[in-house]
Amino acid sequence: MSKFIFGRYLPLNSVVHHLDPRNKLLLSFCYIVLVFMANNPVSYLLIIAFTVGAILASKISLGFFLRGIRPLLWLIVFTVVLQLLFSPTGGHVYFHWAFINITQFGLINAGYIFIRFLLIIMMSTLLTLSTQPLDIATGLASLMKPLRWVKVPVDTLAMMLSIALRFVPTLMDEATKIMNAQRARGVDFGEGGLLKQAKSLIPLMVPLFMSAFNRAEDLSIAMEARGYQDSEHRSQYRILTWQRRDTVTWLIFVAVLAAILATRRW
Amino acid sequence: MATSAVDDVSFHVPDHSYLAIVGHTGSGKSTLIQQINALLKPTSGQITVDDFTITPKTTNADLKPLRQHVGMVFQFPESQLFEETIRQDIAFGPKNFGMGETDANKLADAMLQTVGLDSSYADRSPFELSGGQMRRVAIAGVLAMRPQVLVLDEPTAGLDPQGRQEMMALFARLHREQGLSIVLVTHQMEDVAQYAEQVAVMRAGKLVKFGTPHDVFRDAAWLKANQLDMPRAAQFAQRLADRGLAFDRLPLTAEQLADQLAARWPREGAAHV
Repeated sequence: MSKFIFGRYLPLNSVVHHLDPRNKLLLSFCYIVLVFMANNPVSYLLIIAFTVGAILASKISLGFFLRGIRPLLWLIVFTVVLQLLFSPTGGHVYFHWAFINITQFGLINAGYIFIRFLLIIMMSTLLTLSTQPLDIATGLASLMKPLRWVKVPVDTLAMMLSIALRFVPTLMDEATKIMNAQRARGVDFGEGGLLKQAKSLIPLMVPLFMSAFNRAEDLSIAMEARGYQDSEHRSQYRILTWQRRDTVTWLIFVAVLAAILATRRW
Repeated sequence: MATSAVDDVSFHVPDHSYLAIVGHTGSGKSTLIQQINALLKPTSGQITVDDFTITPKTTNADLKPLRQHVGMVFQFPESQLFEETIRQDIAFGPKNFGMGETDANKLADAMLQTVGLDSSYADRSPFELSGGQMRRVAIAGVLAMRPQVLVLDEPTAGLDPQGRQEMMALFARLHREQGLSIVLVTHQMEDVAQYAEQVAVMRAGKLVKFGTPHDVFRDAAWLKANQLDMPRAAQFAQRLADRGLAFDRLPLTAEQLADQLAARWPREGAAHV
């Protein structure tokens, strides 16, 4: 479990860590648009430079990002191979068999897809590594605020999100405990055929669900006992403030955007 | 690398004995007992349980007989229940170790009796029981594996005083009548004084004392330094001793205290009358 870097927080003291989570969410979103706008080597080099710059500014070692890619490697390989074999024909044909064509365009497209994947994973890994889950939740809730006008229960959604995030480590601990107890009763997790493996999950999942439901009930009682009402507009302990460094990141972003619009092949 | 939770711990426990492991929270007790049936494997050193030896190189394939040999009752074991009926849940362990369905069910009914629940419970769902009853069922599930060593991690936490007493009496009976070796992790010094034959005291991942309860509880200053309580009877005796009533051997349980007081009362009492 600890090998899975994507979705973990790494506490460090850097500019990226101190950015407003709302800003980081917005930037990450716009970054994806940016990645899809690039379509020639120069524009990709620009984005790669931007990404590497952001990673360097976060003081997180590059190794973390490379490890973050590993669990998604098969997905990337699968997509790239699909792109390579079945992309529209064009340019020089290197290999042809039945309906499979490996062409110059296909090769270039596959390369671009690969780089896009890599860049987007890197940036979203940077977002989660440099932002506490609770800050992401607060940021999301704050960005969703306009939806109140169309009667979306934003506060309740934000509360649900932060409770869910809060209980991830708790449930992980619980799962480890139950697994140990069942292993002591002779269950082999992750061994044997597929059916046997699936069956061995029952003694883990049933108690885990029981405990999650019990916890939810206890928590709701504890919250109501302290006067929680979901309709109420509530103030927040963590107040997000837009700082000058947040504005600076946007200036950089707009500069990169302009450069890409200029270099992009139309 | 992470710091080790347990380091430089070495002791030997004879067959059929009753060992208590005490120590402050976070002293490495739980890590230590999880090594006994290789849920955790040592990064260095080895653990020997009867014919089994666990080293850093032990693979999971060799562990089934050991897991059957060492029964583990974790903290709040009721959280491991999952089957539709209590009988099925108790029979789950034995079936995993290769016992047939009918034999396992028969054994389950017998174990239900052992933990003090009558056979009318066997076909009910474990989730409709009270917390204390669920714990008994969970313990029956471990006992049904017929282990030779029973490891108990704070088995009475959260029980009422009566349930606590019954539970401890059950383990004492299993130890006495069936010769089960027992390893008990606890914060209840009364239980240590009353039941344990050996005591291991852990602090910050190290074994700081190993001996009989009497060896461990004799030194009040040392206990205090290690954040351990004395059993209440011993505290009482200590206060008496401070006022000039010396004991030859510090009584650890209420019975021992009463016996020692009763033994001296006729003599000293007669002098006053």
